[in-house]
Amino acid sequence: MTAPLLTIENLSIGFRGPDDQPVFIVREVNMSLAAGETLGLVGESGCGKSSLLLAMMGYYKPGLGRLSGSLSYDGEDPGLISSHQLQALRGGGMALIPQNAGQALTPTLRIKAQMIEVLRLHSDLAPSAWHPRCIELFERVKLPAPEQMLKRYPHELSGGQQQRVAIAMALAGEPNLLLLDEPTTGLDVTTQVEVLALLQEICRDLGTAMVYVSHDIQVIQKVCNQIAIMYAGEIVEMGSRATLLAAPVHPYTQGLLASIPRLHQQTLPRPIAGEMLQPVHRGSSVGCGYANRCLLATDQCQATSPAPRVVMDRWVKCHEVEAAVAGELIRPAQKLLAPALGENLLLAVEDLSVSYQRPSLVRALLGHKPLATVQGVTFGIRQGEILGLVGESGSGKSTILKTIAGLQRSLSGRITLSGTDDLAGPVESRARGCLRKVQLVFQNPDASLNPRKTIGEILRRPLELYFELAPTVMNDEVDALLHRVNLPESYKGRFPGQLSGGEKQRVAIARALAAKPELILCDEITSALDVSVQAAILKLLLDLRADSGVSLLFVSHDLAVVETLCDSVLVLEGGEVREAGLCAEVFKNPQHAYTQALMKAVPIADPRKRKDENDVVHIT
Amino acid sequence: MGAMVDILKGVMATRSGKIGVVLVTFHLVLALVAPWLVPFDFDAQSAVIDHAGPSLAHWAGLDILGRDVLTRTMLGGREALLVTLFGTGLAVIWGSFFGVLAGYLGGRVDDLIMRSVDIFLAIPWMIFLLLVIASFGNAPMVMILTLGFFYGIGVVRMARAATLEVVVKDYVLAAKARGESTLSIMANEILPNVRDVLMVESAMRWSWMLLAFSALSFLGFGVTPPTPDWGLMIANSRIYLALAPWPVLMPMIALSSLIIGINLTADALAKSLGVDKTTRALV
Repeated sequence: MTAPLLTIENLSIGFRGPDDQPVFIVREVNMSLAAGETLGLVGESGCGKSSLLLAMMGYYKPGLGRLSGSLSYDGEDPGLISSHQLQALRGGGMALIPQNAGQALTPTLRIKAQMIEVLRLHSDLAPSAWHPRCIELFERVKLPAPEQMLKRYPHELSGGQQQRVAIAMALAGEPNLLLLDEPTTGLDVTTQVEVLALLQEICRDLGTAMVYVSHDIQVIQKVCNQIAIMYAGEIVEMGSRATLLAAPVHPYTQGLLASIPRLHQQTLPRPIAGEMLQPVHRGSSVGCGYANRCLLATDQCQATSPAPRVVMDRWVKCHEVEAAVAGELIRPAQKLLAPALGENLLLAVEDLSVSYQRPSLVRALLGHKPLATVQGVTFGIRQGEILGLVGESGSGKSTILKTIAGLQRSLSGRITLSGTDDLAGPVESRARGCLRKVQLVFQNPDASLNPRKTIGEILRRPLELYFELAPTVMNDEVDALLHRVNLPESYKGRFPGQLSGGEKQRVAIARALAAKPELILCDEITSALDVSVQAAILKLLLDLRADSGVSLLFVSHDLAVVETLCDSVLVLEGGEVREAGLCAEVFKNPQHAYTQALMKAVPIADPRKRKDENDVVHIT
Repeated sequence: MGAMVDILKGVMATRSGKIGVVLVTFHLVLALVAPWLVPFDFDAQSAVIDHAGPSLAHWAGLDILGRDVLTRTMLGGREALLVTLFGTGLAVIWGSFFGVLAGYLGGRVDDLIMRSVDIFLAIPWMIFLLLVIASFGNAPMVMILTLGFFYGIGVVRMARAATLEVVVKDYVLAAKARGESTLSIMANEILPNVRDVLMVESAMRWSWMLLAFSALSFLGFGVTPPTPDWGLMIANSRIYLALAPWPVLMPMIALSSLIIGINLTADALAKSLGVDKTTRALV
């Protein structure tokens, strides 16, 4: 057997805290990667996966450094070689494909100049051979019309094309190792499928080894043969794709897989209680990082860090492996029940068209019609119904939401609430009682809560605005709201910055509930959250609907989430409705070609269900 | 109140902040208690030879009219501090109101406010100020209103720029969708989030306004003699600088130490609040 390409031994990355105690971002990681092997690093945000990836290139984010351990690539440690050697190594021996290719490309240089820079630094080619090599690389990554592509600026390319250019640049130095940092995260699901297929093909044809970092295990299993699960800076389980996915052993892996909403599952994903502790809060504690969320945690888990063991053909770091293998974690999945929907139509949207262009007088006189972002959309929501609005970016789903909320003017069409309230006008023209009935929850909880207000102040505001309450009643009401979204009352005095992402989103939901609304508009409210936290929010929404009979309009790009949560669904493409109906029917038997393509593009994290793994879906 | 204590702690955590706060506090306390501390009357003339240097009786010597330089220096910052403190307050209040309004409403209101700002910026302020003082006199109230108005124009631009970064945030949109009034959104959602920028800006404005006021006094427009004032003292005694440096040096030291103190405090404030001092944007 040949020597491994990359070896990591006992690597810890972090910084020294104020009291000189080490704060670990990555802790005691061991792994090795043979030439041509593909490894996926999976973990939630803040688990240290990106720091570990960058350390493989000998790079540490400002303030961070290697605390202990060793790292060797091709017999040399990237942390110890000279800067000249390091320069040759990065882009030559190993290449990084970043998350956001649009930001990684220089906006003021044409693509050709940027490609040639890589070839000049990392290849022995004569200048005359640079251009043909660029064309060859672009054909390799399946960019259409390579000659024209070279002449363009980065902003003239689509997101998927930019990512292909970044891959071509990475391949230019003929690297032995590709490092990928969430390369498909910002892409639409249909584009993601194409990029993943390309990466698979590159690994197969060129024999390049790959380390692929992602929060999404469903994406990882498409391209990687080996999977490592990271939690709180440590690799907790590592093994081949087939063994790991078929029978996860570590309690966290089990919880993670159970918390992913899947298509055609018809059960509610099971959340993992709590959230991952941030590195500063973990401190230099010696116990297992997952102990605070683990159902099997014992005193021993709190006290000592588990030693790695080999169980069932994989490498696991857990004290309670036997109990975990015995399956004590498996609880009966909650079957989704068909809700008892009211007969009354709560919201009726008829022939709605929206445009972002301001209709100018001259244009109107000349008979120009403004370009519509949303065109002739008609749908209704019954009392207690959850309607999913699905589509890729630019399909107009958020625009429809904003128009109902009164933040965007409609061009034409009617929106009525409970048959009486007219919602076609902007916020300013609506009565307070009408405003109260429709509440909005945003995608990113970091931006939707005022950082200078305490949680108590944030929740009190809608109460002051819509109801006349005595101060003591107001306080009780705030406590009740926090209780309803499963947050402790002590959070009243905290600022949003002191809460985790999932907790912030709970506060945002509580703020919407404070108004006692009849309809809550949810704009991708789980897409900024980790999957184990997302499952808890989905459960919360279903509980709230069951308690109060509130209706939800749920905008999402994630089909599995929509199928799990929603009663009915509306598929949008380019501002028009492509398909509408009950979730159960649409997902079982999609009629429109676009819906079918969307569904086929969803990666499924179950090796038994992947018969068509090498199929590439092309959307026309 | 607790927030203010935290901010002061942040400023005092740096060395430049410590020096700055000590200098500014010294000048403010001195301005308050100087009338009870000074050894002589500010306009009492001594019979001794003029241009006398430091002596046991007159620590900083005498000026051309035989008045005690130390006494006049200790009292010379009072009117300047009074006018500039209220002037800065006025500038920040009206400037941030219109700046936040322009940034939040945008469109035609923004155009109207910002073009008016451009027009006023095009007028040389010193000439305009001289015109106002010539017509309405140099009473402190007139000075506060004119300086406050002129220095508020820059605050409008600053506050607008800071607001533009905040208005795109979802919490502003959430407040709008909730049906909050424009004033409530400005006061509750935007102002607390541009506060840091405005605080650093007011500190900088204060030091510039002090210099402007002293310049006016130097030109003879700020303070009426015989009231002691640093700018006026420098103007009156500078022709004898070679013969008698003390009457010029003392007010210069006083004025510079105050300006340096304010600037060091502003620096430390910017650093502890995370505001970039040159662009005054949040970093």
